[in-house]
Amino acid sequence: MPIIDAVLGDFFWRALIGGLGVALIAGPLGCFVVWRRMAYFGDTLAHSALLGIALSFLISVPLNVGVIVTCVVLAIALVLFSRSKTLATDTLLGILAHSALAIGLVTLSFMPDIRVDLTGLLFGDLLAMSRNDLLWIYGGALLILALLTVLWRGLLMSTIHEELARVEGVPVERLRLVLMLMFSIVIAVAMKIVGVLLITALLIIPAATARRLAGNPEHMVGLAILFGFIAVSGGLTMSWHLDTPAGPSVVVTGFAVFLLVYGSARQVQT
Amino acid sequence: MTDALVELHRLTVNFDDRPVVDHVDLRVQRGDIITIIGPNGAGKTTLIKAILGLQPISGGALKIAPGLTIGYVPQHLTLETTLPLSVRRFMLLSGRSHQECMEALTKTGVEHLLHASVHRLSGGEKQRLLLARALARRPDLLVLDEPAQGVDINGQAALYELIRSLRDELNCGVIMISHDLHLVMAATDKVICLNQHVCCSGYPADISHDPAFIETFGRPVAESLAVYHHHHNHSHDLHGDVVSADHDDHTECSHAHH
Repeated sequence: MPIIDAVLGDFFWRALIGGLGVALIAGPLGCFVVWRRMAYFGDTLAHSALLGIALSFLISVPLNVGVIVTCVVLAIALVLFSRSKTLATDTLLGILAHSALAIGLVTLSFMPDIRVDLTGLLFGDLLAMSRNDLLWIYGGALLILALLTVLWRGLLMSTIHEELARVEGVPVERLRLVLMLMFSIVIAVAMKIVGVLLITALLIIPAATARRLAGNPEHMVGLAILFGFIAVSGGLTMSWHLDTPAGPSVVVTGFAVFLLVYGSARQVQT
Repeated sequence: MTDALVELHRLTVNFDDRPVVDHVDLRVQRGDIITIIGPNGAGKTTLIKAILGLQPISGGALKIAPGLTIGYVPQHLTLETTLPLSVRRFMLLSGRSHQECMEALTKTGVEHLLHASVHRLSGGEKQRLLLARALARRPDLLVLDEPAQGVDINGQAALYELIRSLRDELNCGVIMISHDLHLVMAATDKVICLNQHVCCSGYPADISHDPAFIETFGRPVAESLAVYHHHHNHSHDLHGDVVSADHDDHTECSHAHH
């Protein structure tokens, strides 16, 4: 249809449609990041995305695939390492986050033939969203929303009380892996919009804003999606008009909403 | 004799090759209330976690009746402040119907809190909520880890009385850990004193005279307990069978030291 072609032919609209798709899955996953205190964990995975990009170039696979695989491998390594309890989890995360970022940057510097827009990868790029990226985003969103719907009770229960969930027959470990996989997907698809350094912000700021107004978990998820939409559309509009980098503009908008909500709304008593 | 809900045979759990639960034998049937007492670090929580399948066992055997539904009341319900949750939502997450959840809440006396936030419940209310959550599942076996924690002294007695009446109503087995020696001793059917191994076990009236018990808890505690017991005209052996009262029926281990 010509109207769809016209919309998708415009890079701003592509970025906006993509960004809204990302916010749609960042909302519920961001709630889990906040509830399970995984902010630093998400950061570590996001940092490793750059390593995934470098590896994708090395072995010539699509970037999204390289990023998802790298994130999943790192996530599993993290879970296994943190079980051994030789290092405190935050120390371990700190080591892996920055090492993954550094190894990614070093690897990229060995490939002078490949021109990579590093600023775009780190902070997001309004112009980078292709039609192919949109397919990835909405494919990923569909998969994640389907998984969340089917696994919702188990995921929520193992977040509330892991042992109670286990006794009630919830496959806690398997759900943890599924959650990691979902994080990896959201990182891979959100990278283009907000950049690897700011993905965690897009996950936790809308969720934290939503907490102020929410009375139950599902309500919080809905509000987080809404605040994500506001951050993305506000941020991209700002980036368009003021020529600011896309990722930081989205985060600044989200943060402004956060301040507004916490400044004006009374905490809901639940 | 009815079939056991849970049967432990020389169950052992090691942490770094050090036994935390050491060759424990235990048999739980419907209608039993078994209370595990013991000093800190005695392996009480580890033992029930092994029964719940939360803790891998290092040795011995653990037999769980097929299709057994376990209701678990954990020590705490510490909820992230970032997670908004009402009593109603928490109950419905058990996967049971609204009506079953309401009945369970009514049984534990917290149905008026249906729409309250879990974050705003007192310690005692939280324990009753957790108990209701376990009941909604219609358990064959109820496992409670220090159920009276954070409950005031009057509430404690009422809570143990409630557990007892729920046992009668559901005809389930009960295993609980408790520090409230005097209340437990007054209200339980069988006591196991754990100190890695089973230090002594039996019925309250007998166990308070047990040298192993006195060694673990001290003579004043044992003597203060004795006054809680009325005299039985009969007694029970380990499997609950009635035996004559004039011989000492409780078992006692030989205190093998490691």
